[in-house]
Amino acid sequence: MQVTLKVFRFNPEVDKKWHYETYVIEAQLTDRVLDLLEYVKGYIDGTLSFRRSCAHGVCGSDALRINGLNALACKVLVRDLGDKITVDPIMGLKVIKDLIVDMDPFFDNYKKILPYFINESPIPADGRERLQSPEQRERFDDTTKCILCACCTTSCPSFWGSDDYLGPAALVTAHRFIFDSRDEAAADRLQIVAETSGLARCHTVYNCTLACPREIQVTVAIGELKRAVMTGKVD
Amino acid sequence: MNIHQFEVIVVGAGGAGLMAGLYASKTASTAVISKLYPTRSHTGAAQGGIGAALGNLEEDHVEWHTYDSVKGSDYLGDQDAIEFMCQEAIDAIYELEHMGLPFDRTPDGKISQRPFGGHTNNNTGRPVRRAAHAADRTGHMILQTLYQQCLKNNVKFYDEFQVVDVLVKDGRTVGAVALDMATGELHVFHGKTVIIATGGHGRMWEITSNAYAYSGDGAAITWRRGIPLEDMEFFQFHPTGIYKLGILITEGVRGEGGILFNGKGERFMTKYAPTVKDLASRDVISRAMYIEIRDGNGINGSNYLYLDVRPEVVNKYAALDGRTNPDGSPINVTADQLLHKLPDIVDFNRVYLGIDPMTQPMPIQPTAHYTMGGIPTNMYGEVVIDEKNTVFPGLYAAGEVACVSVHGANRLGTNSLLDLVVFGKYAGLRAAEYAKGVDYGSLPEDPEGFAREQFDRIRNGSSKENAFDIGREMKKVMFDDVGVFRTEEGMKRALAKIGELRERFKEVGVKDTGRIFNTELINAWELGNLLDLAEVVTFSALNRTESRGGHARDDYAQRDDVNWLKHTLIWPENGKFRLGYKPVVITKYQPKERVY
Repeated sequence: MQVTLKVFRFNPEVDKKWHYETYVIEAQLTDRVLDLLEYVKGYIDGTLSFRRSCAHGVCGSDALRINGLNALACKVLVRDLGDKITVDPIMGLKVIKDLIVDMDPFFDNYKKILPYFINESPIPADGRERLQSPEQRERFDDTTKCILCACCTTSCPSFWGSDDYLGPAALVTAHRFIFDSRDEAAADRLQIVAETSGLARCHTVYNCTLACPREIQVTVAIGELKRAVMTGKVD
Repeated sequence: MNIHQFEVIVVGAGGAGLMAGLYASKTASTAVISKLYPTRSHTGAAQGGIGAALGNLEEDHVEWHTYDSVKGSDYLGDQDAIEFMCQEAIDAIYELEHMGLPFDRTPDGKISQRPFGGHTNNNTGRPVRRAAHAADRTGHMILQTLYQQCLKNNVKFYDEFQVVDVLVKDGRTVGAVALDMATGELHVFHGKTVIIATGGHGRMWEITSNAYAYSGDGAAITWRRGIPLEDMEFFQFHPTGIYKLGILITEGVRGEGGILFNGKGERFMTKYAPTVKDLASRDVISRAMYIEIRDGNGINGSNYLYLDVRPEVVNKYAALDGRTNPDGSPINVTADQLLHKLPDIVDFNRVYLGIDPMTQPMPIQPTAHYTMGGIPTNMYGEVVIDEKNTVFPGLYAAGEVACVSVHGANRLGTNSLLDLVVFGKYAGLRAAEYAKGVDYGSLPEDPEGFAREQFDRIRNGSSKENAFDIGREMKKVMFDDVGVFRTEEGMKRALAKIGELRERFKEVGVKDTGRIFNTELINAWELGNLLDLAEVVTFSALNRTESRGGHARDDYAQRDDVNWLKHTLIWPENGKFRLGYKPVVITKYQPKERVY
């Protein structure tokens, strides 16, 4: 089938303003949007720039706005979209070139919530694992899936308004540690997410949950953080 | 010129690079340079588990893990290194847990383990639960955890810097040169040591589970500096890639009881591996699949087979095989339980095939997966450059790019994640220790010269040839002729074709003349790496006139221990190759027939 692919283009070394470029290409229903972009780059215009690596939805490189919705280009197929496809960079982060945006503000927010396991207590005397029941492990299972692709954060109107909002991805990571029975820094993290640039900016628009290619229940996780902040209890 | 100075320069930020960076940075100034954001690294695509004889669910021993790995390697693995890795495995897993890695748990709160191909109880020969796992995203959790710990420890990262060259002077390593992708500027990293941890080269095959990033950069870079490569003929084809796409379906599916079927509805692995059946080594199963397909037993006569993990199938064959739960009760899994253990597998099938593996079998075919060969190292990550294992001062390699060799001719599932963690750590420790005892060597004149020359050649190319066409032709000939089964005729054809493609590559150019994120230029350079290595792989494979592990030849169908129980070394020499060999280290396990 023929697909009309409209792609956001901006070359900072040449262009004053962005524009769309339209490519009419042969495609199959099972082609990924990433395959189409690769085709354009390989055979029509080598200057088209975008990030990608694993091509099956686990590395998080190719978060894009596809027909208006955030998704990974390697996880959306032509059959999901039909024959008219528009690809834009994710919003709320500065466009560097074509579909490549500046990810630094995103990762800076991630780094604010102490995104690492903290447990300064001695490890078990036998040197083996800290015990955790399957139920305790299940408590934060969903938020361990995050691949930091930024689909959620850049779908959030609050983040579009101001990139000092931590954003859903950072909150998801905060949840992953706060609800881990082995971690000891929940109180510190709850304090961070309770600050004005944190949970208060979430107005449960729900875009994040719809955008997540890992199907993390982002809004549920944020709701659990809000409850923990209000009650002062993590359970 | 942009010059930075660090005692230890780590190239690559997957599991091995992060582990090396974490350990080196404890005592030495360290930079981790990666062409991807660290969390995009291919370690994150590993699914099923990481192996260690923890014995959390049943009896297991380091010796069993060692023997299984030796046998899995088809006796080409160095037994001292394998013993070391399997011994270190225990502490490595606990260390990951102490770093916060969210392993799945047993009912009594310990790290859960599942069976995996080739891992056995050495008394009964039956599969043993050895693969510690976090659902079917174990690699993702390792990558995230290690990156997080690096952040905690303030490891210095240079993200989206493409390393292009390693600097050597007066017989020692003095740094690396990298392209800052965001600005297009070259940076010189003046170092006392360089640790290469760039992963494999699986993108040279048509059907592959590997990321675009897997273009063999590290091996190609050191090769161009005259460092040899080892056992490059050995590459693993994973039996269960999604048909046509090659996306990995973890062996953990079979660990959870999934069964392989041919077009006649037969569970064909009983013919090829009567004891462990669907949990035989990957090379054994991939060959069995090719034979089934060749004999017309593909699904509907096509070139794919089925992997079936529907609960009723899992339960039926568990009963037939006499497999039980750890407490001896019969296995009776539900779709919900399987979904919980294999969520990503279910998701891949739904997204890419529109199939629900809980109600339908998955169409699969072997997919290029893992580089067993690579830059020769000893078990401390030090690069060794000849038959006598002479260390090249200041140069280290770890992870998939390295050949220790712990995987020999065929790697067991779960041993790659283990390799990353164990040898990444030791490479980091050794490099930092070495750096403390030496001064910075002096940089060569015009340190960026060779890097610039490589890019200029592409920038100034005639554009008579298209890089994508060359890449496609390379992948096809490698998959057809240097794949699961090989013949002299096919490999000679491949060698000629690769030679032709390398010539045509000289006529590749780029339309993008910019500096900022010139991914066209970088991709073309990566293709050059793959072409160089494809020639090395094929030349090494043609030279080895036997079948062993992942290197299976129709014309030399038997393993030949008399002539070939040795590692291949290959050096670049005046635009050609020089071959050499070194013996396999054998400690306890004399080679014998490999039966599963």
